[in-house]
Amino acid sequence: MITNAQNDPVVDTAKKSTSVKIFGVGGGGINVMELLLRESLPGVDFAAVNTDAQSLAASSATEKVHLETQPLRGLGTGGDPDRGRALAEEQLPKLRSLCEGAHAVFILAGLGGGAGTGISPVLAGAAKEAGALVLGFVTTPFDCEGGRRQRLAQYGLAELKAAADGVISLPNQKVFKMIDENTSVLETFKITNDLLAAGVRGVWRLLMQKGLIEIHFSDLAALLRDRHGESCFAAAEAMGPTRSREVMDKLLAHPMLDDGQMLGESDAVLVSLMAGPDLTMAEVNRVMEQINRQCEHAQVIMGAAIDEAFKDCLAVTLIATRKSSAPEPLGEAGAAGEGGDLAAQLLSQSSTARRGSRFLPPAPTLPPDQVQQLFARQGRGGSRPGKNLSKMRQGQLPLEIVSKGRFDKSQPTIHRGEDLDVPTYIRRGVALN
Amino acid sequence: MFNASSIIVGLEIGTSKVCAVVGDLGADGALNIVGLGQARSRGVRKGEIADASAAEEDVRHAIVEAEQMADVEIRSVYLGVTGGHLRGFNNRGVHPVVSAEREISEDDVQDVIKNAKAINLPPQNHVIHAIRQHFLVDGQDGISNPVGMLGSRIEVDVHVVHGNLNRLQNAIRTVKGLQLEVDDIVFNGLASSLAVLTNEQKELGSLVIDIGGGTAEYVVYANGIIKHTGVLAVGGDHVSNDLAYGLKVSLSRAEQLKIEHGSSLLEEAVKGQTITISNEQCLPLRTVNLEHLRRIMSLRLEETFQLIGQDLEQAGVLDYLRAGVFLCGGGARIPQIAKLAEQVLGMPVSLGKTNSISGLKSALDQPEFVTAIGLVKFGSFQQRKRAAKSSLADGIKSTLGQFFRRA
Repeated sequence: MITNAQNDPVVDTAKKSTSVKIFGVGGGGINVMELLLRESLPGVDFAAVNTDAQSLAASSATEKVHLETQPLRGLGTGGDPDRGRALAEEQLPKLRSLCEGAHAVFILAGLGGGAGTGISPVLAGAAKEAGALVLGFVTTPFDCEGGRRQRLAQYGLAELKAAADGVISLPNQKVFKMIDENTSVLETFKITNDLLAAGVRGVWRLLMQKGLIEIHFSDLAALLRDRHGESCFAAAEAMGPTRSREVMDKLLAHPMLDDGQMLGESDAVLVSLMAGPDLTMAEVNRVMEQINRQCEHAQVIMGAAIDEAFKDCLAVTLIATRKSSAPEPLGEAGAAGEGGDLAAQLLSQSSTARRGSRFLPPAPTLPPDQVQQLFARQGRGGSRPGKNLSKMRQGQLPLEIVSKGRFDKSQPTIHRGEDLDVPTYIRRGVALN
Repeated sequence: MFNASSIIVGLEIGTSKVCAVVGDLGADGALNIVGLGQARSRGVRKGEIADASAAEEDVRHAIVEAEQMADVEIRSVYLGVTGGHLRGFNNRGVHPVVSAEREISEDDVQDVIKNAKAINLPPQNHVIHAIRQHFLVDGQDGISNPVGMLGSRIEVDVHVVHGNLNRLQNAIRTVKGLQLEVDDIVFNGLASSLAVLTNEQKELGSLVIDIGGGTAEYVVYANGIIKHTGVLAVGGDHVSNDLAYGLKVSLSRAEQLKIEHGSSLLEEAVKGQTITISNEQCLPLRTVNLEHLRRIMSLRLEETFQLIGQDLEQAGVLDYLRAGVFLCGGGARIPQIAKLAEQVLGMPVSLGKTNSISGLKSALDQPEFVTAIGLVKFGSFQQRKRAAKSSLADGIKSTLGQFFRRA
């Protein structure tokens, strides 16, 4: 259920009749959407968007948008996101009209290919224009799919983040922990799809179901907006009198959470509880206490909802996101080397990327003639300025300089991965104003 | 003046101070504290020696002061050791009873203890203590003396405290460099618990937390035995360091602020208050926000208790603590620390007082000297054991006999 957000009249007027539209974009996105289609989620419309006619034909979505490609005769984008983007931009009015009437739009896509990577940012923009709140649920490719796809996915993710209110990304690579030697490729993709679908379901429940403790969409969007390089999902269900304990045991044992390690490292955790009307406050408390203990450093958002169908059963869905260790993939810095020289990188480097560091190097100086030359070069490539900018940002290591004072030279006291010599208030992020 | 063998000295080379306590073990077995010497410690970080020559000098000062006060010559000491490298765990030994009538003999008991003490550790690790816990006879728990009982299988748990040999040797070498003998090395936390707890409290189950300058040691007793020990290399130094960093003052100033204005809890009343730091001419230098000071301090202390609590929870001993928590060490002086610990650990917390020792009243009342007094107490137990052994000449004869029989 969506509440809050005074600045958003659309949300305020239609509390009960909130409608969610789920878009499956590209082959991967449509596959996930099909999973969600099978179970009936009330108040949800489905739409499939793809460049490949075959995959669209197989889909059972109510609305389908086929973006025609002349060169490949309706057989897709050939793995080129630019082509996907161009096609989507051509059909922008159509996409926008599709989004009209929906209060929230979920975009499901597998990044790394042509359609998902190219179309989803445009679709997110269109949905935004139509007045909907936009959440992206995306997967990024396996490492073995190659550096190019990975780079494209990161690029697409950045674009989507800029266009949508929030993006939850699931790296497929994480799924390796859940499979063994004998798992077939088909099953592996099924697992990732299931996970993403579970995440969508969890968020949907969080927003739509009658809540005991409600989550505001604006909170959710704020939580997801600038952080996270990657997310992981875990869902668990349990029944019976000891369900709250059992569900936590199952959740913490979930392979996606790395024995709870992922929780400790995460910055933001979203918890959705779902139970029958017999849910007690003590149970909610028990679950949340455990989760809060696991993720001390994270901002935890929780919602509890009641569903009559969930009699005697408690389901918890958890989405943990964390900052990626390398905010900008190094591949992009490498790619910048093709277009411009080092000076070009320095020139376009944005100061916002340097948040964590205390010490800024002096501004780079260039002779005036070189500056002219650089400007001219940038002007020439002005047809897609957004892409150029994102390509030329320099990668940066996450270094934080905290002097350890007295303990500088002694052996550090490392306790469960934390350096206890660093003042507690800094590690916990308590601000002294 | 005194018979040399009845003099027991406990020496603690701590992070903030070196402290030597002289005890006199009377003929009736009563322990009397007769001397105390201390010196500010400069060569120790986090409970371990970082500057051997400075540490040696400080130890000499403390020993000389103690000698003068007690009017004795100190030849040997019980040395307290600590540091983040110390670890405690429980180990179980098993021994089948082979005699025909299944009666457990003294030999069986010795054998099972020997088995329990056979621990696989890396060669650089040294076992400081292997403390016997309860026996199990055929799976029946909680037997303190199984000799004479019937059974087919006898087991025993020992609590083992071990540490890195080289790092332990550093402290021992420092003492030996002063021509002093080391009778034994003792884990500081164990010494503190000996000084603070009564038998009844050990039986009921209690936790002793010794918050020192560089480390915090904790020991859990339940059912009269040591269940769990641990060291966290976080102490008062960390509080000072946090303050120096957070308030942007020098370390010595931070130390002074901590002592004068520190508290474990952040109260509503201090919000917006400031402290003015003035120089020797009483001219104001700068102001410091009292709320920040308290917040930095309470966060650090809270975290320390939380980490200890987590460890105890993992070890599964939290539910045994029916007598509550006892705080000692210099950290116990921080105002309202008991209240904070109560909030975090959720059980009654009080400040530990040394008990069943008579002597210098001034020394016994201070939480800082608990460890050194505990070392003396540990020494007194050892002395009594030794005395008991030598008086039982036939006991030795029998052990020798056993030795030959086995060989």
